[in-house]
Amino acid sequence: MKKTGKIASGVLIVMVVFSVMAPLLPIADPERIDLDALREAPSAAHLFGTDSKGRDIFSRVVFGGRVSISVAAVAAFTSAFIGFVVGLAAGYCGGKTDTILMALVDFILSFPSLLLAIAVSVVLPPGIYTVMIAIAFVGWTSFARIVRGQVLTYKEMPFVEAARSMGCGHARIAILHIAPLCLPISLIMMGIKLGGFVLTEATLGFLGLGVQPPTPTWGSMVSANRAYILSAPWTVFFPGLAIFVTAFCCNLLGEYLKERSDLRRSLRY
Amino acid sequence: MKTYILKRLFLLVPLLLGITMVSFLMLKSLPGDPVLNLVGERASQEIIESISKELGADQGFIRQYTGYLSLLIKGDFGRSYYTNRQVLDEILAKFPNTVCLALATMFIAIPVGILLGIAAALNRGGFIDRAMQAVTIAGVSMPVFWFGIMVMLLFSLQLKLFPPSGTGGLQFLALPACVLAVPAISTLARVTRTSMIDALAMPHVQTARAKGLLRRKTLAMHVLRNALIPIITIIGLDFGSYLNGAVVTETIFGWDGIGRFTMDGIVKRDYPVIMGCIIIGTAVFVFVNLVTDLVYLYLDPRIRLDEKNR
Repeated sequence: MKKTGKIASGVLIVMVVFSVMAPLLPIADPERIDLDALREAPSAAHLFGTDSKGRDIFSRVVFGGRVSISVAAVAAFTSAFIGFVVGLAAGYCGGKTDTILMALVDFILSFPSLLLAIAVSVVLPPGIYTVMIAIAFVGWTSFARIVRGQVLTYKEMPFVEAARSMGCGHARIAILHIAPLCLPISLIMMGIKLGGFVLTEATLGFLGLGVQPPTPTWGSMVSANRAYILSAPWTVFFPGLAIFVTAFCCNLLGEYLKERSDLRRSLRY
Repeated sequence: MKTYILKRLFLLVPLLLGITMVSFLMLKSLPGDPVLNLVGERASQEIIESISKELGADQGFIRQYTGYLSLLIKGDFGRSYYTNRQVLDEILAKFPNTVCLALATMFIAIPVGILLGIAAALNRGGFIDRAMQAVTIAGVSMPVFWFGIMVMLLFSLQLKLFPPSGTGGLQFLALPACVLAVPAISTLARVTRTSMIDALAMPHVQTARAKGLLRRKTLAMHVLRNALIPIITIIGLDFGSYLNGAVVTETIFGWDGIGRFTMDGIVKRDYPVIMGCIIIGTAVFVFVNLVTDLVYLYLDPRIRLDEKNR
């Protein structure tokens, strides 16, 4: 598992570097339309072929990665942050605060998560921030649950009592004494959740609710080229493959983190 | 037993009331006006007013909500803003399709997933185990829409074995059910593996083997039975979510189910449709949970009804 974890993170790092450097790389302009090269099969000139408007699919996949990876990463950070704060508040305050916050978590979890993300993306104006918000809106709940559980255990520990007896206020104990202990688990959860966030972004893009054209995204490329699947299967194959490889590497990494952190039991699988 | 079931079903009433209230409130507080969506931007003020009056959109929240509830009690879910058909009729027409797809998916996923998980647990750390882990991680990483299109390309467009899309009999059902089964198999196999490994480590398994019980029998009677609870939980959760519609799979394969209906409703802000789907979806989910709990009870007599009901 250790080796696969390393390989997966290596692949991910390469993808991130490619995405960040995309405008500097010597590849075709992803939005340049070339009517002389419609739906050309993969070749040396066009590594992944061209789509129905003659745009180079390889560079569209590379540029699409910018959207997918940044959305997944920002959504993961946002979810972790919101979940962390809510979990900390619920676990530390207990009582009514806990009941209300956890009822909110259960309420959100009671809806199919994809439909909820769809609902959020319909309500807000389309764009990259909407996708991030939609994913984080559904995603923070699992962070809140796991952080709350941690806080509940730490709260009863002697060092908290010691801090109390030295005259520390509640805010100080919660933020300076307990919160840092919950950081590792939140980071691990981020790794575990990342793959799912990549898939949600792609699915929203596929349903036409993601970042709007002409900006290339992996999901929207699959749906836009669906009509040409028989005559030009590469137009659909490569963007989808990019989604799969990214999600697969994220999940391998998550699996490795899960095993190392012994989180497997509490996450059930 | 009967009183327990009745009690659980009775609890559905306040739950649905709460869910309808919160969803109603959320839908109302959304930006964007369904009346404007309906008539388009260029409609005159009179048309807008007459339609709002017809839909009751000019009344206050409380009156709208109580009006909705009183119709709901009579079994009237209202009409779709767009097709003007009864929402309940539409749901009842599409629900059997969704049930069909969900059942077919579970029919494939349950045996395959559990067997894979058992094989991996018995082979812990070995080749089968590692291969199973890789395959199942790949299974949950697969974008369903892409996988569906690829499967469709291969089996219906190239090999022409199945029709590419549509709602109907077994030949229409095969591809979407298989596609939907892949993530279900993956989670199920992983849960089964972990749960089996836990159960294998229990002392009573060692006792059973020590007293000379066959390995096969020990596995079936002592290990698997103890490992079943988490497996049943996952099956219940998956089945419940499939009964609420598999949006992407239904969209790709043109399957006329609840998932697509709900999504269309959300995208068009067809409030009666959204509310209807939420209510029916919640009721179905609660019902599946109830059945899951009853299955627990059957499988593990240590579980008491009252404890679950606390």
